[in-house]
Amino acid sequence: MSAEQAVEQAYRDQWSRLLALLVTRLRRFDLAEDSLQGAYVAAARVWPEQGVPERPAAWLYASAYRRALDRVRREDADARRLPLLLTDPQPADVDEDGDVPDERLRLLFACCHPALRPDARAALMLRFVAGLTTAEIARLFLVTEPTMAARLTRAKAKMAAAGIPLRAPSAADLPGRLDVVLKVIYLIFTEGYRATAGPDLLRPRLAAEAIRLGYLVGELLPGEPRGVALLALMLLQHARRDARVAPDGTLVPLAEQDRDRWRHDEIARGRSLLGYLEAVPMAGEYHLQALIAAEHAGPAPPDWPRIARLYAELERRTGSPVVRLNRAVAVAESGSPDAALALLQGLDRALPGNHLLPAVRADLLTRLDRPGEARAAYDAALALVRTAPERAHLEARRSAL
Amino acid sequence: MQYALLIYGDEKVWADRDEREKRQNSERHAKYMAMLRSRNAMLGGEQLSPSATATTVRNGADGVGVTDGPYAETAEQIGGFYLIEAADLDEAIELARQLPEPIVEIRPLVYHPKS
Repeated sequence: MSAEQAVEQAYRDQWSRLLALLVTRLRRFDLAEDSLQGAYVAAARVWPEQGVPERPAAWLYASAYRRALDRVRREDADARRLPLLLTDPQPADVDEDGDVPDERLRLLFACCHPALRPDARAALMLRFVAGLTTAEIARLFLVTEPTMAARLTRAKAKMAAAGIPLRAPSAADLPGRLDVVLKVIYLIFTEGYRATAGPDLLRPRLAAEAIRLGYLVGELLPGEPRGVALLALMLLQHARRDARVAPDGTLVPLAEQDRDRWRHDEIARGRSLLGYLEAVPMAGEYHLQALIAAEHAGPAPPDWPRIARLYAELERRTGSPVVRLNRAVAVAESGSPDAALALLQGLDRALPGNHLLPAVRADLLTRLDRPGEARAAYDAALALVRTAPERAHLEARRSAL
Repeated sequence: MQYALLIYGDEKVWADRDEREKRQNSERHAKYMAMLRSRNAMLGGEQLSPSATATTVRNGADGVGVTDGPYAETAEQIGGFYLIEAADLDEAIELARQLPEPIVEIRPLVYHPKS
């Protein structure tokens, strides 16, 4: 392996762990980020000349830490007065074997603190837990780099000034705090799985990062059933990514997808995670959703009455109008479009501006042979749809009436 | 760290309380203060007179403006505050949760070291 490859590998394997350790030890985000960046730049210069050190992570850590101390020494009184992040206990240092202690769990919970805004939580997670650059995160969330940098700066400043601690929550707080972590991961995933705006329906990289975070939660909190269920859900949905969009960019409905293009190894992994959850007495929300996704990933046609029952249970838990909409689709597929249409009643107020509601209504009215009303519903959906492939799909359905 | 717990609420609801409810509320706050003291978390705190008694001063470029009433006319007004000592925001949240009032805003105090 060349020195250049060694730097690249150290970046891939160690960046987020080193950053987490530096943030916890230095108790400042900016200092940790800048000095670690400086250490990698130095490695790219020094390693090709002097050879790759025996323990690359320890070298990078020592270099970054030295840079941080130099900078603190040069800083003026104003900078020294800035509040430091709170942490206890102080983390261990890099050990003699060059192993980097894993402080990402503290960062995971700090970045998902309920006192932060949801969009800031997602950005902080991708930066400090997944280790993406600000430019990459900006691209993934379709905002400019200065906008994303400002969002991150605001969030980092609030963490320090408000005293959000770098600490895993107490056993009593853990369930509630884990819910927030999982919600942030799922938000990152859904943003990648079903883009709400823009020309591309999928941003697979974002969904893949969410799955990576899901695995990390499994690694840091092994056997936590909600984490396992979320990971199963994401794997089962993401496995269909290549089949969801046709070459011309249009949306392919599930029933028409080319099953050879599904990632069957990922589906199998999702199913085996669900197998692990069979021992868990009470199915949670992600678990119910994962069971639905598993039905869809099985041999066609799926067991629609079972899917309708799972959605009914999910609706009972969440009271979510989006779940009711999905339940209506499953009821229609079970052979009762009239019952499905009845389920849509009252949803207009709960889902204003959502194109899926009129789209589903249009489909049900088509099945019930009421083309005039169906056409009006398609028009309503077309007035609200925001991505180009979905628009094309709706237009095709409307003209087929 | 030091935090202010700012107590917000509907002044009409506060004003409409009868004597028994006022006494019960005082007792709840006395208990709360005792809890803060037992944890060495109590730095201070006061009840404020209703916002009808407020006077707002604007020190603008065009001279000094003095007006009757609070800065913002909203249904919820600040009715009082506690100053507390807490290890971090999580502890401040835990203490704010125990406050017998509907809305509590937590604001960290800015630390000015004596130079």
